[in-house]
Amino acid sequence: MIRLAWRQFRAQAIVAFGALGVIAIVLAITGPHVVSVYDAYNASVAACKNCPNGVLTPFPLLQVALDALVLVVPALIGIFWGAPLVAREFEAGTFRLAWTQGVTRTRWLATKLAVVGLSSMVVAGLLSLMVTWWSSPVDTFNANRFSPSAFGIRGLVPIGYAAFAFALGVTVGVLIRKTLPAMAVTLVGFVAARLAMTFWVRPHLMAPVRASMAINQASTGLSISKSPAGGLSVMPGSVSIPNAWVYSSQFTDRAGKPPTSQFLSKACPDLLSGLPGPVSSQGKVSVRLGGGAPPRPFQSCLAKIASRFHEVVSYQPANRYWPFQWYEMAIFIFAALVLSGICIWWVRRRLV
Amino acid sequence: MTAVLEASGLGKKYGRRWALSDCTLAIPPGQVVGLVGPNGAGKTTLLHLAVGLLAPTSGTIEVLGGKPADGPAQLGRVGFVAQDTPTYAGLSIEDHLHLGSWTNPTWDHDLAEQRIERLGLDPNWKAGKLSGGQRAQLALTLAIAKRPELLILDEPVASLDPLARREFLQGLMEVVAEHGVSVVLSFHLVADLERVCDYLVVLVGSRVQIAGEIEELLASHHRLIGPRRDPHSLPANQQVIEESHTDQQSTLFVRTDDPILDPAWMVEQVNLEDLVLAYMGRASSDRSHLPMSVVRP
Repeated sequence: MIRLAWRQFRAQAIVAFGALGVIAIVLAITGPHVVSVYDAYNASVAACKNCPNGVLTPFPLLQVALDALVLVVPALIGIFWGAPLVAREFEAGTFRLAWTQGVTRTRWLATKLAVVGLSSMVVAGLLSLMVTWWSSPVDTFNANRFSPSAFGIRGLVPIGYAAFAFALGVTVGVLIRKTLPAMAVTLVGFVAARLAMTFWVRPHLMAPVRASMAINQASTGLSISKSPAGGLSVMPGSVSIPNAWVYSSQFTDRAGKPPTSQFLSKACPDLLSGLPGPVSSQGKVSVRLGGGAPPRPFQSCLAKIASRFHEVVSYQPANRYWPFQWYEMAIFIFAALVLSGICIWWVRRRLV
Repeated sequence: MTAVLEASGLGKKYGRRWALSDCTLAIPPGQVVGLVGPNGAGKTTLLHLAVGLLAPTSGTIEVLGGKPADGPAQLGRVGFVAQDTPTYAGLSIEDHLHLGSWTNPTWDHDLAEQRIERLGLDPNWKAGKLSGGQRAQLALTLAIAKRPELLILDEPVASLDPLARREFLQGLMEVVAEHGVSVVLSFHLVADLERVCDYLVVLVGSRVQIAGEIEELLASHHRLIGPRRDPHSLPANQQVIEESHTDQQSTLFVRTDDPILDPAWMVEQVNLEDLVLAYMGRASSDRSHLPMSVVRP
């Protein structure tokens, strides 16, 4: 039965692994150049006094194309390998041929799920491996591996996405029995699952670390806002910790309270005069300051805040990147196994 | 001897509609059984129940003494050719033979290859490029090379032209002669049935109207033509299946195992088509039309 499953999957497998081969060749040719460009940049940063403040990434189009490819390949697997796997047998009537041979339909479906499902994971895994390797100098430079746009297209998670998309496609195909509608539903379902994971589930996979740090006058930006009622509040500027995932940051005193409106109006009188009055009923008016040396009124304001308050940052540290990758991959693979079980149960018990 | 197919109170419901209800039937082994009936009589449903593609809503069905599709052994004992003889369009004939060998423990590869060669088919041809007749032959080859004890075919020749139909049925007859396999096949053409079957089952409205060996059935049915007469006045051993009357004359289609002695009747032999039509006509006499066509090719 494994040989039959392979035979029926052969054409698609040839296309997929052929494409992977082409990509491997392109990346093998261009990869060393990417590494050398970033090595040269890092060397010049280390040696210089008047530092270069950026680097032009080579092959920007290829980078975009590779990122897009890793993003869509799991969806394509679900649509073109998963959805038709059983649905096309229904449409062509060939399930009547397949299910009356000397192999139970349970084994027939389990074997197909295993062969094509594992192939899906191998394809997505190899692609992600190649792209992760090729992009590693860029990713190191960007130092933002947890960002929603980067996390899902590097490392292990594409393997889980591919397994899930495939199993989802097969399940939808078994339930709907029509290839085209099954493809559409698979796409919608997969995108929904990815978004739900990215924005609702992933932030809760591990409790964030809370770090309390002294307010650094030179680097901490801040924004002061005045509500329509005249109340003042202050928020730290965005915190950037390399490769970490920052959830939030705020100024608090020892009791955990933020600066009060009264304190701010005393500490920062010069700023108050600089703030325009309330302009709209619902809006806040705020002054923002980026990093770097702020102008004098802000310096004194910040110094007074720093004397009583510190900054509390809630974040996932960079060394949790791989645990997060493992967790998310495992969750999607588990979901794929559950869907496969539903498929087999349905084909065995319900489709009679 | 166990029946190759035994159904008792068998029914299958789709939603609120019964595709087959209260079907009771026993088919003896070693026969080529023709299953006829109008469209919608439940022929396909019955055959799908027999190969385990469907599970009954009510009643029981046993095939070769076992539950249909209950494990690989049972699946291997029954060869099935579905209606419209589905095959994988993208796979070659050779691939289909491999498919058979990979999924059937009792697969006879020599038999399959010889049969394909004798049919003049190139093993490299894609199944999607085959004519309807060739595809039907491929499907039949797959079904018989697994060396089943029972072969079930669902209207295998319905979509074939007369020549392909004859060749297919000839091939089937050779298989029956060589391997002594029991066959159940459904038809909507009585002429085809006559050529190959030795046992008849007429199914109308999901009920078995008559079942028996064709020779016996033909010997025990007669058309009686004579002066007008009330059918109820016939001897008790003569069962009227169908009757028609003019002012002076009555034509009765009767079943009896005894000779017709009344000299008033002109007794005519009946053929299979008359017989099938009479039973179908009786079963659907309250319907405005008969959706079944009985056509000679």
